[in-house]
Amino acid sequence: MTHYFDYAATTPLDPRVFEAMTPYMTEHFGNPNSLHAIGRDAFRALETARESIAAAIGAQPEEIVFTSGGTEADNAALLSTLWRIAPEGGAHIITSAYEHPAVLEVVEWLGKQGHEGTFVAPCKDGFVHAEDVAAAMRPDTRLVSIIMANNEIGTVNDIAAIAALAREGGALMHTDAVQALGKIAVNVDELGVDMLSLSAHKIYGPRGIGALYLRRGTRFDPLIKGGGQESRKRSGTQNVAGAVGFAQALELVEAERSKESPRLAALRDRIVEQVTTRLENTRATVCEGVRLPNIAPLLIYGVEGEAMLLQLDNAGFSVSTGSACSSGSLAASHVLLAIGVPQEIAHGSLRISLGRWTTEKDCDALVDALVPVVERLRAMSPVYEKMFCATDE
Amino acid sequence: MLYSDTVMDHFNNPRNVGVITDADGVGEVGNPTCGDMMKITITVEDDRIADIKFQTLGCGAAIATSSIVTEMAKGMTLQEAAAITKQEVADALGGLPSPKMHCSVLATDGLKAAVEDYLAKQGREPISSKIESADPNFDPHAH
Ligand SMILES: Cc1ncc(COP(=O)(O)O)c(C=O)c1O
Ligand SMILES: [Zn+2]
Repeated sequence: MTHYFDYAATTPLDPRVFEAMTPYMTEHFGNPNSLHAIGRDAFRALETARESIAAAIGAQPEEIVFTSGGTEADNAALLSTLWRIAPEGGAHIITSAYEHPAVLEVVEWLGKQGHEGTFVAPCKDGFVHAEDVAAAMRPDTRLVSIIMANNEIGTVNDIAAIAALAREGGALMHTDAVQALGKIAVNVDELGVDMLSLSAHKIYGPRGIGALYLRRGTRFDPLIKGGGQESRKRSGTQNVAGAVGFAQALELVEAERSKESPRLAALRDRIVEQVTTRLENTRATVCEGVRLPNIAPLLIYGVEGEAMLLQLDNAGFSVSTGSACSSGSLAASHVLLAIGVPQEIAHGSLRISLGRWTTEKDCDALVDALVPVVERLRAMSPVYEKMFCATDE
Repeated sequence: MLYSDTVMDHFNNPRNVGVITDADGVGEVGNPTCGDMMKITITVEDDRIADIKFQTLGCGAAIATSSIVTEMAKGMTLQEAAAITKQEVADALGGLPSPKMHCSVLATDGLKAAVEDYLAKQGREPISSKIESADPNFDPHAH
């Protein structure tokens, strides 16, 4: 039996979501753009899903554009708006150094297309501070994109404060709320954002569907052109079953959030507490301020993350050593380096993430499995004693 | 990215782990910044590797390549051991995922460094080509 501790990478589909979706893959299979009854069935389901998602984040239905997921929503938010407001280049864009690659890579690319990106460094506490964004603002700043909750360390940024700065400076404000959704309140008016990215598969919905919230009146040139679906903002026959599943998943997380988030936060703190007391030379990567309830980010000094991950996997525990998206690359996590964790320590990071089916018993079993894994790997290291146990010199 | 069964076997049950206290040659390569470090100790009899042990801090591939290189080198002449290539190590493991090929450099370099350390202590000429990862600023990920 595997104990799953990688909910921040993806979540299993909730059976209730699956049940809501299946009719739209079978009997109600219609194309929502067809005029006949079968098409109208699908259209109604799609629009009901849109209304429900809009309501959950305080938006209007026409401000929700369905996408293939968080990555596409991020790409569209940055590219589609810039094409309109600065087609000749020359725009200044502010983002942070610890964004998800779906934002980071786009801003880097824009930098090569005649725009200019500033990558604000988060502080050691794991947060992007509004005053650092303020210091980066320039008269030609047209777009600010700061992640709402970081996917590796779980810190929740003060997006409302940053969005206020962007608005004052005449720039559009985007936030990637993929990890935040369902764990903390996400309300587009309270945040004051113009764009916000969402994804279904982090909240027990299906993979391959997400949404971009696009505030009414925001100028936008579609990333994906074609038949003009999604009010000409995103062409392609809509994924009706996906949208229905997304809406159902969001309704469920929102209904359960006030109970579930404190439960997860207690488990998160329990894991951090047990690991750091039972293993020397370990610490929580961040430990202050507003953080996601479901991510326990740990630094285990003197052990390499992948080795830990593989040995935990053998013992039946699935964890991550950083962003799942970056596990193919070998460099230390850009998120940890951005918050000032030294390279040699960043290699020993562990991201334990919790979800709907995580129990206290699972968490205790994980810690029981982790302790001998770390001890074994440290005993195999040529430098552990030298680097971390040098006492009386 | 998938590891072969042989890689997982060597990772889970590494052979020849430890340090030979009265070693004839010691090789230490890698640096903590890049994440992988390795130490090989050897004893030498009649110019052959009589015993060999390793310690490694690193990923699955780093540990598996260290383990198998010690098995390969045991009983070899110093010349043969110093000539083991990272490709031979990878082949012996049933292949390595391409982003992990660099990790096998550490194993072959650690072995070379131990051989050279032995030769230097004996006042003999070096036999290996340059050992890149013995440089404290070496970053295998740059390759
Ligand atoms: C913060 C963040 N943004 C974007 C994404 C990408 O979302 P998707 O997998 O739906 O493309 C992820 C998840 O991988 C994420 O954690
Ligand atoms: Zn490696």
